[in-house]
Amino acid sequence: MNINATLFGQAITFAILIWFTMKFVWPPVVAALDDRSKKIAEGLEAAERGRQDFAKAELRSQDALNEAKSRAAEIIALSEKQAQAIVQQAHDAAVIEANRVKAQAQAEVEQEVMRARDSLRDRVADLAVSGAEKILRREINAQAHADLLTAIQAEL
Amino acid sequence: MTESAAPSSSEYIHHHLTNLVSGQGFWSFDIDTLVTSALLGLIVFGFMASVARKATSGVPGRTQAAVEILLEMVQTQVRDTFHGESGMVGPLALTIFVWVFTLNAMDLLPVDLVSLLMGSVGIEHWKAVPTTDPNLTFAMSITVFFLILYYNLKVKKCGGFLREVFTVPFGAKMAPFNFLFRLIEDLAKPVSLALRLFGNMYAGEMVFILIALLPPYLQWLLGAPWAIFHILIITLQAFIFMILTIIYLSMAHESH
Repeated sequence: MNINATLFGQAITFAILIWFTMKFVWPPVVAALDDRSKKIAEGLEAAERGRQDFAKAELRSQDALNEAKSRAAEIIALSEKQAQAIVQQAHDAAVIEANRVKAQAQAEVEQEVMRARDSLRDRVADLAVSGAEKILRREINAQAHADLLTAIQAEL
Repeated sequence: MTESAAPSSSEYIHHHLTNLVSGQGFWSFDIDTLVTSALLGLIVFGFMASVARKATSGVPGRTQAAVEILLEMVQTQVRDTFHGESGMVGPLALTIFVWVFTLNAMDLLPVDLVSLLMGSVGIEHWKAVPTTDPNLTFAMSITVFFLILYYNLKVKKCGGFLREVFTVPFGAKMAPFNFLFRLIEDLAKPVSLALRLFGNMYAGEMVFILIALLPPYLQWLLGAPWAIFHILIITLQAFIFMILTIIYLSMAHESH
């Protein structure tokens, strides 16, 4: 173990190496490491943000779906009501029409009956007159007894 | 090894523990230590710088990931231990860990390989593990010592530092004792840093050399377990040097 001037040589070498490491080795690697950890942190943050966005979007789509469903149900209910109203209307109109037709038919029938009765009455009056003529040919004068005959005709 | 046909055990050990020295007295240089450490430093830190220059914050390649793991390990240690404001402590800790680890790892090369290679080109001595040279470990620890002083002065200013030196822990009346305690405490830091690393690596190297003295067919029996165990020591010593440096610098930032 002999100490000599190698000491100085080694100290200089050591100092140069320290300087070299400080200048060329340490800073770039540390910078790269810091930069990378920043990137990783950013990436994680972005992933987290994406996850939250996705959850939000899912919630929104669920809302939209629910709204659409309720809207559809509303529309269906409305249209059902409308259909029912239309059917009711048609039914009412049909009933009215039927009644009208029935009433008309009845009136016609009554008119017919009235006319038949009139004509029948005329015929019966004619027959009665002709019968009475035949019976009373000799003693009754048609002109003399016209008032009486007309009164009988009116009673028939 | 190459020049003598059959050296004795002590000659062999002595040969392997001798540095390639150039110069006389104190003003001499251990060429092997200087060259090996500088060369390894150049390779390892050049490699790391090239990885760092191409570093992306995107998906990292395997090499970049490896450098990042190393750097984050150091950064975590610094963050856990160091509670001051300094951009220098991280790079310093990384430099210490990587350099000491690399230099220690030279211990795992077969003990005869490097001296054999160097012998073949006419170089007689070549200690492959620079951390078994106290010059290197002391150079590092003394540098750290000056950094401790620097940060003490920077954070507490000259007056605050001097007051701390003379009044802690016994109060102003016992100033000389306080100063003595502080002197011992602060001097113990670089000495213990350097000697711990040097002692561990020197002893480890010595064990490898002793194992190399066994008959060749028996060497693996002890050599392999020791080498595997030594991986732990190599890493541990590098880690301890780094961690203690961080702690010392952290202490320099805090008032007692």
